[in-house]
Amino acid sequence: MKTLLLIAVSSALINNVVLSQFMGLCPFLGVSKKIKTASGMGAAVIFVITISSFLCAVIYKDILVPLELTYLNTIVFILVIAALVQFVEMVLKKVSPSLYKALGVYLPLITTNCAVLGVALTNVSKEYDVLTSVVNGFATALGFAIAIVILAGIRERNEYNDVPESFKGMPITLITAGLMAIAFIGFSGII
Amino acid sequence: MNKCVERLYNGIVKENPTLVLTLGMCPTLAVTTSAVNGAGMGLASTVVLALSNLIISLLRNVIPDRVRMPAYIVIVASFVTVVEFLMQGFVPSLYSSLGIYIPLIVVNCIILGRAESYASKNGPVASLFDGIGMGLGFTLAITVLGAFREILGAGTVFGYSFIPENNPTSFEPISIFVMAPGAFFVLAMLVAAMNRIKKKKGRPVIDMCRDDGCIGCGNLSCAGRKNVKEGKE
Repeated sequence: MKTLLLIAVSSALINNVVLSQFMGLCPFLGVSKKIKTASGMGAAVIFVITISSFLCAVIYKDILVPLELTYLNTIVFILVIAALVQFVEMVLKKVSPSLYKALGVYLPLITTNCAVLGVALTNVSKEYDVLTSVVNGFATALGFAIAIVILAGIRERNEYNDVPESFKGMPITLITAGLMAIAFIGFSGII
Repeated sequence: MNKCVERLYNGIVKENPTLVLTLGMCPTLAVTTSAVNGAGMGLASTVVLALSNLIISLLRNVIPDRVRMPAYIVIVASFVTVVEFLMQGFVPSLYSSLGIYIPLIVVNCIILGRAESYASKNGPVASLFDGIGMGLGFTLAITVLGAFREILGAGTVFGYSFIPENNPTSFEPISIFVMAPGAFFVLAMLVAAMNRIKKKKGRPVIDMCRDDGCIGCGNLSCAGRKNVKEGKE
């Protein structure tokens, strides 16, 4: 239990997936204009990464390892993730239209956000079991959601600021992200 | 022959994937902690880009249009796996310092973007040179970025220290530049500089990164936008 908690805190805050590992930067910079869309994106990422890290961990443990095909992990994971996202979208549309309405628009956007593949590969390289993989996946995605919502909050306020002409748009967002990354370094004192 | 040279020039200067098209930002930020890491990452991506462009171009009339994305992904992922094992065997130190970012070359949008916007429409030789040109452009950009961060953050260039040994206090490295936040700051300055140059020339400034995942760039906005642009020419 204690190790699981440590892994969760470490993946969500200390080694934050965007701010210290740079995975999933495109949605992080692209969908962070408004808090509402950012939180929708964050929720969709949590949903997909948690399911995909479970699925990839099971496939790795029960199919690739017994067949000695572990060297195929990159190819298998990326296809599994791409298929999974399509499948989740179809199931949500049928089973829960309200949830689909909330997350649906964001699902195709993360078809394979590099964070999704990155988490699956990290779980394998650190030799986590299935439960630990799911916890690690959930925590990593939670870290992404926290970071994107905070960035969206700052950007909403930044709209009214007088930014130098050349820095408008992407550069000022990158500087904001850099300052957030410095703040997140502070979490490394927790463990 | 002229066409090949033109493709190389196009990839390295005119449409440099990092500096002009701003594609593939994840590895650009993650591995540029030193010039050597940047060069290693760039060359690994160049090999994958050139070979996958070649194969996709050869198969472009065989792959059905509706399943082209999964087919491209499988081809790219296979080459990435090959490169990963070669690096593990021959340059183990570089392999361990690049770590998880080697398999993540699969989701580098430069590769799928070129497959979609160039290799799927042009002949094998031109596609091969397009891949090499784009790859070298990427390598050049991230090596320079890496060198820049290394000089400011660690006081070394390609691993060699330039701080005089008899006077070690003459240069104090700003270690934030080799840490994660430094990557954001360096890229912000670079994009701001590019924006300024583009404004002066009257071209549109660099757009916010695509609002989809890295791999989505291949089929949606950026490659799609490129298609429109190339169609007009």
